[in-house]
Amino acid sequence: MSLTREHELHKRRKSRNIGVGLTLVVLIMIVFGLTYVKVTRGDYEPIRAATQQGNSN
Amino acid sequence: MSDASLNNASFENEAQFGDYFALLKPRVMTLVVFTALVGLLAAPVPVHPFIAFCAILFIAIGGGASGALNMWWDADIDAVMKRTQRRPIPSGRVTGDDALAIGLTLSAFSVVFLGLATNWVAAGLLAFTIFFYVVIYTMWLKRWTPQNIVIGGAAGAFPPMIGWAAATGGISVESILMFCLTFMWTPPHFWALALFMRSDYDDAGVPMLTVTHGRRSTRKHILAYTVLLAILAIATGVTSAGGPLYLTVAVVLNALFLKGAWDIWRRDEDMSEADNFAVERKFFKLSLLYLFAHFGAILIEAALERFGFVWGFWV
Repeated sequence: MSLTREHELHKRRKSRNIGVGLTLVVLIMIVFGLTYVKVTRGDYEPIRAATQQGNSN
Repeated sequence: MSDASLNNASFENEAQFGDYFALLKPRVMTLVVFTALVGLLAAPVPVHPFIAFCAILFIAIGGGASGALNMWWDADIDAVMKRTQRRPIPSGRVTGDDALAIGLTLSAFSVVFLGLATNWVAAGLLAFTIFFYVVIYTMWLKRWTPQNIVIGGAAGAFPPMIGWAAATGGISVESILMFCLTFMWTPPHFWALALFMRSDYDDAGVPMLTVTHGRRSTRKHILAYTVLLAILAIATGVTSAGGPLYLTVAVVLNALFLKGAWDIWRRDEDMSEADNFAVERKFFKLSLLYLFAHFGAILIEAALERFGFVWGFWV
């Protein structure tokens, strides 16, 4: 039994595959967005990082 | 059995993406999302909108992960109870091992990402919440004591504290009051459900109060906890977490809630069965509105304060 492009397994798992694909796309967007926000806010610059460290203690 | 029938059977039982999503208990997640959002927005520290969105998402995923682990552990009793028979594991669409893997992966993912997005106090609270719900409640208390709901309710009460911690990096009186509100609300909410879903818990052998102490005692417990909840909820109105709007909502809803608990206490089984537990069902529905309205009022009070609105008559 060859696993061709038209195999019924693809139909059966279509929703699962689309769901996983979309989840991964969303994850990439979130990581990118978080990185962008944190870098542009200067969270990783030494002065701000030290201030945040001080606030949390 | 032919190959064709085998294929059809496997097709019908093939897990779809929605089945994996159902493992995360999306309905419970709404409560988690809402209360965590209130905790985060009511905090006196403004949070960047995207970070706030991510924080709530990770808290929701953490809550969902604990739901998946709960379904993995409780698959045997879920298969017995009518209310839970169609869940992905007892219905055979998702295996227990898959649920365990998803639960553990999402737990680790949500805690680490919440820590990276906000702070490690919030992440630590989320990790503790998952541990409390899965190990303390699901694995230990649920099948052991009729106080399972009372103590286990703490797990559902943590999200506003996590939201608050995500914004402030700490814990305060306001976040503890929000925790207490949900904590005290949980027992009457679930005991009302147990009264009208009675055969479920009986059949599964879960030591709900209705099974171990009887239904009369459960009615007394609902009234007692509702009185304690009303005192707490109204007292919160005069603290920094409340305000005039919250106090008004609390007085009205607690009066209705107390009336409902009183009606439940006065009824016996014959009366309840005669109208198919109408009063108990109404009380359960009211309990949902109760929590949403209290947290909604806290949110509005915080928003008004943020925009500089001060109630002139409120000292």
